[in-house]
Amino acid sequence: MSTSNWGLRESATFDRQTIAAIQRAAETGIYDIRGGGAKRALPHFDDLLFLGASMSRYPLEGYRERCDTDVVLGSRFAKFPLHLATPVTIAGMSFGALSGRAKEALGRGASEVGTSTTTGDGGMTPEERGQSKHLVYQYLPSRYGMNPDDLRKADAIEVVLGQGAKPGGGGMLLGQKISERVAGMRTLPQGIDQRSASRHPDWTGPDDLAIKINELREITDWEKPIYVKVGATRTYYDVKLACHSGADVVVVDGMQGGTAATQDVFIEHVGIPTLAAIPQAVQALQELDLHRKVQLVVSGGIRNGADVAKAMALGADAVAIGSAALIALGDNDPRLAAEYEALGSAAGFYDDFQDGRDPAGITTQDPELAARFDPVAGGHRLANFLRVMTMEAQTIARACGKAHLQHLEPEDLVAISIEAAAMARVPLAGTSWIPGQGGF
Amino acid sequence: MDPLIFDLSTTPLREVNAALHAADLDGEIVREIVIDKPAGAHSVAVGLDAPVKVSVEGHVGYYAAGMNQQAEVVIAGNAGTGVAENMMSGTVVVRGNASQSAGATAHGGLLVIEGDAAARCGISMKGVDIVVGGNVGHSSAFMAQAGRLVVRGDAGEGLGDSIYETRIYVRGTVASLGADCVAKEMRAEHLEELAGLLKAAGFEGDDLSAYTRYGSARSLYHFHVDNTGAY
Ligand SMILES: Cc1cc2nc3c(=O)[nH]c(=O)nc-3n(C[C@H](O)[C@H](O)[C@H](O)COP(=O)(O)O)c2cc1C
Repeated sequence: MSTSNWGLRESATFDRQTIAAIQRAAETGIYDIRGGGAKRALPHFDDLLFLGASMSRYPLEGYRERCDTDVVLGSRFAKFPLHLATPVTIAGMSFGALSGRAKEALGRGASEVGTSTTTGDGGMTPEERGQSKHLVYQYLPSRYGMNPDDLRKADAIEVVLGQGAKPGGGGMLLGQKISERVAGMRTLPQGIDQRSASRHPDWTGPDDLAIKINELREITDWEKPIYVKVGATRTYYDVKLACHSGADVVVVDGMQGGTAATQDVFIEHVGIPTLAAIPQAVQALQELDLHRKVQLVVSGGIRNGADVAKAMALGADAVAIGSAALIALGDNDPRLAAEYEALGSAAGFYDDFQDGRDPAGITTQDPELAARFDPVAGGHRLANFLRVMTMEAQTIARACGKAHLQHLEPEDLVAISIEAAAMARVPLAGTSWIPGQGGF
Repeated sequence: MDPLIFDLSTTPLREVNAALHAADLDGEIVREIVIDKPAGAHSVAVGLDAPVKVSVEGHVGYYAAGMNQQAEVVIAGNAGTGVAENMMSGTVVVRGNASQSAGATAHGGLLVIEGDAAARCGISMKGVDIVVGGNVGHSSAFMAQAGRLVVRGDAGEGLGDSIYETRIYVRGTVASLGADCVAKEMRAEHLEELAGLLKAAGFEGDDLSAYTRYGSARSLYHFHVDNTGAY
C-alpha cells in the first residue's frame, strides 16, 4: 500500500487486481494467458493438522526405527509396475513449455532419488528418456510427437483427460516457444500460437476409453502400467469410470495445479481444490474395493513433506509435483530479481511461462536463456528437495507411530476450518464434528 | 513361405498380437499373415513394426492396425472407430467402410478406405496420406496438421476446421467448410500430387479437373482480437 491516507478504502469487490484486469482487457482485447496455478486462497493442506502420538498411540523413534517410503504403481494389470523409492513423483510438463535442459534436470533429480518423471504435451525427448530411470509417457488429446517407438521405451503410459488448472481445456503454447525443434516434434508450423484439442480424437467416454486402454496394452504387450489423469471436478464419478475403463493408476490433479499457459479465468474458476478431491477419489476406490489396488496419485499445490503426508493420510498412494519442482530447479530465484523486474514481474511472482523469456532458463526455448540453466546442478537441487520432502513426511509419520508412509490414515488428521473439515472429511480440531456427517 | 494363419474365433487376440510383435517376424522374406474370423474384434493387428503383409478376413472393431509401422494390412470388411490411428508408416487398406476417426493423428504411411469414412476422418492427422473412395463425414481433417486427404465422393460439414498444413482434395460437394479452411487453386504440382495419391490407392482414371483443393487460410495461426468468434 503506497498511500499514507488512512481514509482511503480499497473495495473488496473492485480491488486493485480486479481493476487492473479490466484495464488490461480493455486495452488488449484478448484474455490473460499465464502459467502457474490458482492464486486465490482455497481450503488446502495448511488447514489440516496431524495428531501426533502420546498416550493412546505411541510414536516411532526418529532415525532408529524404520519408516518406509517406497511405493508400487501399476500392479493391477501391468507386467512391470513401477517400484519407486519415494512417493513424490514429478508431474508431466512438456518439452516446449520447458527447455530440453530443464526436462533433463527433472530426469536427473528424480532418478537420483529413485522416483519417476513424466513427459508432457509435446512428446519424449532423448535427453529426458536418457536421464530418467522411470519415465511416464503422456498420451494426450493432441498426440503431439506420439509414436509407438517412444511408447515402447516408456516405463508407464498416462492417458491425460485433463489437468487441475484447466479441466476441460486443451493445451496452449504461444508462438514465442514454438522453436524449430518444438515445431518439428509437434508437426506444427514454427512460431504459430498453438491451441490443441481438449477431447481425444478417437474416443469419447468411459466405454471407448476401455477399448483405447486395451489397444495401448496390446501395442505394448501388457507390460506397462496405464495411468489415467483427470483434473479435479466430478472426481468421485471420474475415478470410478477410470477404474471401470481399466486404469492401473488414477492421477487426480486439483485446481491449484500449475500449467504452462492457460487463460487466467480458467485457472481461477474451473475445478475443485485438491483437498476436496482426495476424499471423493478414495471413496470411489473403496466402494469398488480397489483402494491400494488401483493406486491414487494426487497433485495440485503439493509443496513440502507435510503436504505429502496429509495427501497420503487422506488415502493417496503417491503425489506428483510440478510448480515446486520448477522452483527447486531455480524458477523465481531472488538472485534474478532485477531480470524479473525488467520483464514487469518480480522474483516470487513470475508466472509468464507462456512468454518464453524466463531469465532462469527453465520455461523457455530461447537457446541463450536455456543455456544459462545447468541441468546437472538443477537436477541435484531437485534431488535435494525431493529428499527433504520425503524426510519431512517420514518425520510426521513416525510422530504418528507409522512404520510406512502408507500407514498414515484420516484418523491422524484434524481440520482447523469448517470448510477444510467438510472437504477433507476429518473432524474440526478439538471436536468430533465432520460437517455433513453428523456428530457434534 | 506359407502364410501364417490365425483364427480369431479360436485364438485369443493377445496371442495373435504377441505373435505379430515377435522379433523373428522381421525376417529376410516378407511374410504373409492371415487373420480369419475377426468378427468385429477391437485392436486387431495393432503395434506392428515389420515389413509383413497382413490380411484380415472380415470386419474389425476399434483401432485396427493402430500405430502401424512398415506393415501392409488389408481389411476385407468394414473397420470400426480409429482404424490405423497414429500410423507411422506402411499401408492400411479397408475394402469396406470405416467408422469415425479413421487415420486419427497418423504421422505417415498410406490409409485407403475403399468405401465411405464416417465423421472425423483424418482428425489431427500429422503426415499420413488418406484416400477415401466414397464420402467422408462431418469434421473430417479437424485440426489436420500435415499429410494429404483425398475424398473421391462428398465431404460432410465442417471440413478442415482449424486446419494447419494438411492438403485436402475433394471431388464431390462439401457440405460446409470449417473455420479457417478455404478452397485453393489447383496448380500443376497439386494435380501431380493428386494423381500420385490416387494411383497409390488403386484408383486410376478419375477426371482430376473435377477435384477441388482445400487448405488453411492461416488466419488462426496467431491469437488476434478479430478472431474471437473462432476461438
Ligand atoms: C510448466 C508446466 C507445464 C505443464 N505441462 C503439462 C502437460 O504437458 N501435461 C499435463 O498433463 N500436465 C501439465 N502440467 C500440469 C502438471 O502435470 C501437474 O498437474 C501440476 O503442475 C501439479 O500441480 P503443482 O504445479 O501445484 O505441483 C504442467 C504444469 C506446469 C507448471
